[in-house]
Amino acid sequence: MKSFSYVRPSDVDTAIAAVAADPAGSYLGGGTNLVDLMKLGVAAPGLLVDVSGLPLTEVTPTPEGGLSVGANVRNSDLAAHPLVRARYPALSQALLAGASGQLRNAATTGGNLLQRTRCLYFQDVGKPCNKREPGTGCPAREGVHRDLAVLGHSAHCVATHPSDMAVALAALDAAVRLRGPDESERTVPVTDFHRLPGDSPERDTVLEHGELITAVELPAPAPGRSAYRKARDRASYAFALVSVAAALDVRGGTVRSARLAFGGLAHKPWRARAAEEALVGAEATEESFGRAADAELSAAEPLRDNAFKVELARNLAVRVLASLAAPGGPDAPAAGPAPGARPPGPNSGS
Amino acid sequence: MWHVVPRTAQHPPAVSAVTLHVNGVRHRLTLDNRTTVLDALREHLALTGSKKGCDHGQCGACTVLMEGRRTNSCLKLAVACDGAEITTVEGLADGENPHPVQRAFLDRDGFQCGYCTPGQICSAIGVLAEAADGHPSYVTPVASEAAGQSVPPGPSEPSGAAGGTPPPVPLTPEEIRERMSGNLCRCGAYANIIAAVEDVAR
Repeated sequence: MKSFSYVRPSDVDTAIAAVAADPAGSYLGGGTNLVDLMKLGVAAPGLLVDVSGLPLTEVTPTPEGGLSVGANVRNSDLAAHPLVRARYPALSQALLAGASGQLRNAATTGGNLLQRTRCLYFQDVGKPCNKREPGTGCPAREGVHRDLAVLGHSAHCVATHPSDMAVALAALDAAVRLRGPDESERTVPVTDFHRLPGDSPERDTVLEHGELITAVELPAPAPGRSAYRKARDRASYAFALVSVAAALDVRGGTVRSARLAFGGLAHKPWRARAAEEALVGAEATEESFGRAADAELSAAEPLRDNAFKVELARNLAVRVLASLAAPGGPDAPAAGPAPGARPPGPNSGS
Repeated sequence: MWHVVPRTAQHPPAVSAVTLHVNGVRHRLTLDNRTTVLDALREHLALTGSKKGCDHGQCGACTVLMEGRRTNSCLKLAVACDGAEITTVEGLADGENPHPVQRAFLDRDGFQCGYCTPGQICSAIGVLAEAADGHPSYVTPVASEAAGQSVPPGPSEPSGAAGGTPPPVPLTPEEIRERMSGNLCRCGAYANIIAAVEDVAR
């Protein structure tokens, strides 16, 4: 690990000024991903500005019927929060599907959004990687890419975003509250916060240097029910091969509204707008759920070894939507590895 | 976004004074900022109960209780934990009397080589507290009334929205397996570890 300086400001604007003033400055939250990447030599900040003690720890109901979640709310606390469990079950389940109990106790809401891909090439400084070192190439395209993207990838990068939480937030129309130098503020929908790789895969998000996530804002819950399900190589403590976050409102056997997002398929949480369009007004049957999933996944461009993800995504989406449409509500999460699972690699989590 | 930029600017020193309260004892240390809590415990305080398995937060052997919550000590920079209360496996027993979770691991033979055991035990203590506090896991059934339709939207007190403090979650073997999944055991003592945790949960 490279040597670094460390400061722990007591207020938000001092922290922002410290990072903004230093091109080698980086925020430190729970550290579960950044400290690991520093050990690997993938990240080498010269200055760590510790924001984990900033007073961004509240979950507050908003006048519009939503919730504002402070950036420092721990993943475990957010998952267990009574209002999140009651109104946004997909979010609680997504958080609980990620990482381990120990990691969720440390990881923060803001940091979860900013975790970086677990693509093996990105994490290995002995290998080329356009995300880590722009212009060096992407060995994953022809190499080990079973876990990587089938949607929205580019010639430069086929990485996937690892977060479970972000997939639920994308489906739930959440937004990220950002504060920058000179007290500037902006709010970015989660669906626009993460980027597709294009020709600049080194940029995961639209965040500018110095900008700090201060909160995540959830609108009032969508009508109907929501759920999150994750297919992975192990029954627990593994990154998603595919995950699905969905909110569905069915009345009289017809879909009134639908929100659907996929994880594990792309460089960002993949909001499935084409599937949603196909769902609204359709009969709530497995056949129409399948057609809706196909409408989204027809854009997939699988690589040599990950075409299985397309079928897995279709089946998981149908299963989640069907469980949300069933009179009894969502079924229990699947215990057991996904069909076609294989022994785990060196990554573990969310 | 993290950029790899050569250090050219003047930075404050790369060492810090850190106070850690470990097993009830206050320690004042001067540490390189790169020192993790795990390395501070093992290399500076000679508390070698917490083990370094993977050193990347994947195996759980380094699990300690920080402010009462289970945490991977290998991923925590000590400098970022200044003032923290830490309990390691060395701090669990009451004199000569083992902690109930330690006793259960002995009774149930919840280990073979023992390397993962300190982390398993600290993690299990965290699991028991989390379940007692009603914290759900991924396999906890979703209450039927919690499906979104019956909860009126709008401002309300968090503690009141779902009927006050949630009830404890029963620790079935399925719950224990899910909640302990961040602790790997190379010997495969899982069956007995689950039995040990179940014993204490009863």
